[in-house]
Amino acid sequence: MFAGTIVFALINSFILILMAIGFNLTFGISGVANFAYGALYIMSAYMSWTMLNLLHLPFWASAVLSIGFTMISGALMYRFVLLRVRGQALSEVIATFGIGLAILELFRYLGLVGFEYTLPVFSNESFMIAGAYVDIQRIAIVLIGLLLVLGLWLFTHFTATGLAFRAIAQDERTALTFGIDSDWAATLSVSFGAGLAAIAATIIIPLGSIAPDEGYDVLIKALAICIIGGLGSTGGVIVAGFIVGFAERFTDTYIGSHWTMIVSLAAILLVLAIKPSGLFGRQKELEERI
Amino acid sequence: MLYLAGPRLLPAAAFLLLPLFLGVYWQKVMISVAVFALLAMSWDLLAQTGMISLGQALFFGMGAYVSGILNFYFGAPPWIAIPIATVLGGALCTLILLPVLRLRGIYFSMVTLIVPLMLVRIIEATKIFGGTEGLSGMTPLPSTLTEIYLATGVLLGVLFGLRRLMETDYGLVLKGIRDNDRSVTNAGINIYWFKTQALFISSTIGAFAGAFMTHVYMFVGMPVFALDYSILPIAAAVVGGGGTLAGATLGAVILVPLSEALRGIGGLRIVLYGLFLVVFIVAIPEGLFDYIQRKYHQMERWVEIDQ
Repeated sequence: MFAGTIVFALINSFILILMAIGFNLTFGISGVANFAYGALYIMSAYMSWTMLNLLHLPFWASAVLSIGFTMISGALMYRFVLLRVRGQALSEVIATFGIGLAILELFRYLGLVGFEYTLPVFSNESFMIAGAYVDIQRIAIVLIGLLLVLGLWLFTHFTATGLAFRAIAQDERTALTFGIDSDWAATLSVSFGAGLAAIAATIIIPLGSIAPDEGYDVLIKALAICIIGGLGSTGGVIVAGFIVGFAERFTDTYIGSHWTMIVSLAAILLVLAIKPSGLFGRQKELEERI
Repeated sequence: MLYLAGPRLLPAAAFLLLPLFLGVYWQKVMISVAVFALLAMSWDLLAQTGMISLGQALFFGMGAYVSGILNFYFGAPPWIAIPIATVLGGALCTLILLPVLRLRGIYFSMVTLIVPLMLVRIIEATKIFGGTEGLSGMTPLPSTLTEIYLATGVLLGVLFGLRRLMETDYGLVLKGIRDNDRSVTNAGINIYWFKTQALFISSTIGAFAGAFMTHVYMFVGMPVFALDYSILPIAAAVVGGGGTLAGATLGAVILVPLSEALRGIGGLRIVLYGLFLVVFIVAIPEGLFDYIQRKYHQMERWVEIDQ
């Protein structure tokens, strides 16, 4: 039981990291807190579902297409809405929150809820690990999570675009003097964040079903991880993912499933009240509190 | 004379006389208008102090639960339960948010977004105060007209009272905190104390709305912490125009009857609110009230031109 809990806690941690990493990328680079993140996650899942079941495309094609479309919609959202309120953090929050609300409630209105609204798993086989059955999907989540984190690190450290991203994150004006187009970088960052949300949806949704409420949950979880780890810090996301992932799974096993969500919410509140930069954040102290 | 008094008398007269001519259904709508206008003004007051809240439902729900508990467990009649719940609910909200008062901007917003969600989960997990079922069977207010005049009376009092308050030196300090908190600190003013006071005023208004609705619906439960009570006030304040208080009321007067008229389309209403928020924040960030006010003042300077 104990070993099994640890295995599932590990998997849960990777689920949380996958959910949070896109939000974190966007915030870290352009400073846009994308509150439509959960909505983009659900939207890509519904797009995938539509292409699979109504257009009868193969799984890989629908996954790639929905990830692409989500990236495009992220970029459009930045170009047509966020660009006009750039720099006013609270207007950005209200605008993205409004967009997310509109998307999620539209899906709720369309009534696409139920067990048939889910994406297929890669394979139905399962393994025996430390006394617990773990299916291929969950192992894939761990592997893809590791690959994504590694890929993201390589991307931000060794490619021109990635270096431009980091330059914008460090000091936008100085980056401008080096000829880096900050609007372009910010568009890409929102778009990449949306793409990461879509990738997360493609591999996590098969474990459950697509539901609009899930969108709010994903947003809250992404917020929780990013706040605890420090907004904009990738290392922080990983550590916070493990902390919350283990805490959630252990409360679930030993206290009760009702308390799972409360643990992550309480963790956010505690971190915000004590150290708003998070565990690894190197944000500017005076911008957070006075 | 009428140039100055007109815009002030118009809403007062409308809120006081209209209930007499409306049918029962639209009277209920008017109660909703008043409640959401109160919540929107409480949001606006916080926003003017530089604290953007994404969780007005916290204030609303706290007032609703305190009043419900007083009435359900202790049998307090509404005219005792509502005032106590107003003050106590406001004080409780202030206490809850006190540790995070130092946070600025988006960090404060995130806390306010999370607290009501967490309270819902706690009520669900511990099953206190009726758990998921909620408490029902509260004592109603004597008649619909009493309900309406209580709501609109408080609304008008809060509207004109707060507008006057924001004109005084006290209000100037609050606005100063929004514009540049460090320079206010430099002037030797304790901004935390002022922020606490603003938070208390704002949450008291929200708690009154909640306590009042408990006795109108004769029910209190988890829906009082729902997203509706957080989103609609923000939408109202953004549509009407933030920073004026009258704009928040105007927004509620437009949005609530609109949402009643659109009741037929059900869930699409919230989609519309979301889009309203985006369109107004991008296209008309000043809001409707500022626009109307500007046009009104321009009208006074119109001159006849001899052809």
